[in-house]
Amino acid sequence: MAEKVLMKGNEALAEAAIMAGCRYYFGYPITPQTEVAAYMSKRMPKIGGTFLQAESEVAAINMVIGVSACGKRVMTSSSSPGISLKSEGISYLAGCDLPALIINVQRGGPGLGGIQPSQSDYFQALKGGGHGDYKLIVLAPASIQEMVDLTFKGFDLADKYRMQTMILADGTMGQMMEPVSLELGQVKEYDKPWATTGTGTHEGRNVVNSLSLSPAQLEEWNISRYERYKIVERDEVMYEEFMMDDAEICVVAFGIAARVSKNAVMEARAKGMKVGMIRPITLWPFPKDALKNASKKVKSFLSVELNMGQMVDDVKLAIDCEKPVYFYGRTGGIIMTPNEVLNKLIEIEKGEAKAW
Amino acid sequence: MFDKRVTIFLGHYGSGKTFISVNYAIALAKMNKAVSIYDLDIVNPYFRTIDAKNMLDKNNVELVVSPYAETNVDLPALNAKAYKMLDDLSRYAVADIGGDDRGALALGRFYEKIKAEDNYDALFVLNNCRPETRDIEGAIQIMKEIEWTAKLKFTGIVNNANLGNETTEQTILRGVDFTNELSKITGLPVKFTAVRRDLIGGQLMKIKEILPIDPIKYGDWL
Repeated sequence: MAEKVLMKGNEALAEAAIMAGCRYYFGYPITPQTEVAAYMSKRMPKIGGTFLQAESEVAAINMVIGVSACGKRVMTSSSSPGISLKSEGISYLAGCDLPALIINVQRGGPGLGGIQPSQSDYFQALKGGGHGDYKLIVLAPASIQEMVDLTFKGFDLADKYRMQTMILADGTMGQMMEPVSLELGQVKEYDKPWATTGTGTHEGRNVVNSLSLSPAQLEEWNISRYERYKIVERDEVMYEEFMMDDAEICVVAFGIAARVSKNAVMEARAKGMKVGMIRPITLWPFPKDALKNASKKVKSFLSVELNMGQMVDDVKLAIDCEKPVYFYGRTGGIIMTPNEVLNKLIEIEKGEAKAW
Repeated sequence: MFDKRVTIFLGHYGSGKTFISVNYAIALAKMNKAVSIYDLDIVNPYFRTIDAKNMLDKNNVELVVSPYAETNVDLPALNAKAYKMLDDLSRYAVADIGGDDRGALALGRFYEKIKAEDNYDALFVLNNCRPETRDIEGAIQIMKEIEWTAKLKFTGIVNNANLGNETTEQTILRGVDFTNELSKITGLPVKFTAVRRDLIGGQLMKIKEILPIDPIKYGDWL
């Protein structure tokens, strides 16, 4: 096995993208993801790739549309306010069925908010952000190794389903350092007969477009897109179960909140409490079946998030509200401690907590 | 180690400058020196010297840091007190500079005085487990970029080979070989090797100069 290297999350995202064959990066600096752009600006010229700092986030995402239409692997990255600006372009990517990788290293909001970590763009990533009927594949890494692995996989999923993959990280994940292995295997190449690379030997032109002049055709596009989404929901769900065998309370958390929660689960176990955790790795497709199955065994759920309560709604929907669901969250850039989560678990066990 | 009044830690982004600056300053304080640590990082608002405030306070190290540290004000600002680094000759000064050439830019307003006093070490902190400084060529490239921007020549190298929680004796010994080779090529001495305190022992005792490192405490979920 090759030597591991010590990497910051933001660098790991960038390097993994390069290893996945991405040679086009368009972005605009914003804390706390600027190192993605900084890393790309150093690496891309050395490997014959393109790094371009656009004049704005809106320009950057439109450049992504252009390169993707030419059938090349392309990415952009930003942090929360920048993703808001990119949302129009993301909707256009979806409408054109163009694969792309979009990274959101989340910071506190709404508005300019702050520069410290947050998970408050869950709704934006999962419930739209841009306009129209569309879904993004949303991946939530909880370690630097996962930042690498999921970025690599994210490109593959995007090409495979002609979808847009979003890596939903946060400021701490972007900045923290961990040893990683960069042995990622072979890049899988996909045929892109739709790419606008000249007519070549085939008849007629390829057109990449999200505008339909006929309502019936637009509806047909939407229906066929959602049929593809159904396959993704069936085949691509990823999650981690932790100490769930005999659990009575199931913590649900992703990303940085899952790291904190894992410690809280272990502390609860040390106190003899029967607590486990389900950590969604794909936020869309959401691990509905895993939660539904868990709801048959556990007494309650606790959703732990760095926001005012967003994923908690999806937990309730996944389990058809069969068991009480509780919520614990912090915002403003503050990360909860394992002890805060533990106290909430104790409150729940004593029957003193109020359900969401 | 410890032989100059001013010690400036420069290096690649994420090479461990902050951990080393903090522990170096505390080591000086434990030798009963009056020490100030200057956070001159204008690049990155995360994982900063101020995270070690408790350790520094306890050991009587004065922390000079941007008044905006730990706030949401994302400005590359320096504290006006930073000039004290070169004006107050009664105190030892340890300067923690931001990563790469971008970080070294902060020295632009200080280098003339630093050179005039001529009682400084400008040390290149190197972790050869970082992808961009895995080979000698990469390390020299970053050294050159920093020297050009800082307008200061390095006076030594610090071996900070580590893989975070997965650091072993071998990791550090490979770093010793690497920095020795870099030393041969550049003519700069390896001033010391930074080693997490709990790893000191065994074969590492052969290393001439070791700075024991007590990590800055973050949540153990990190």
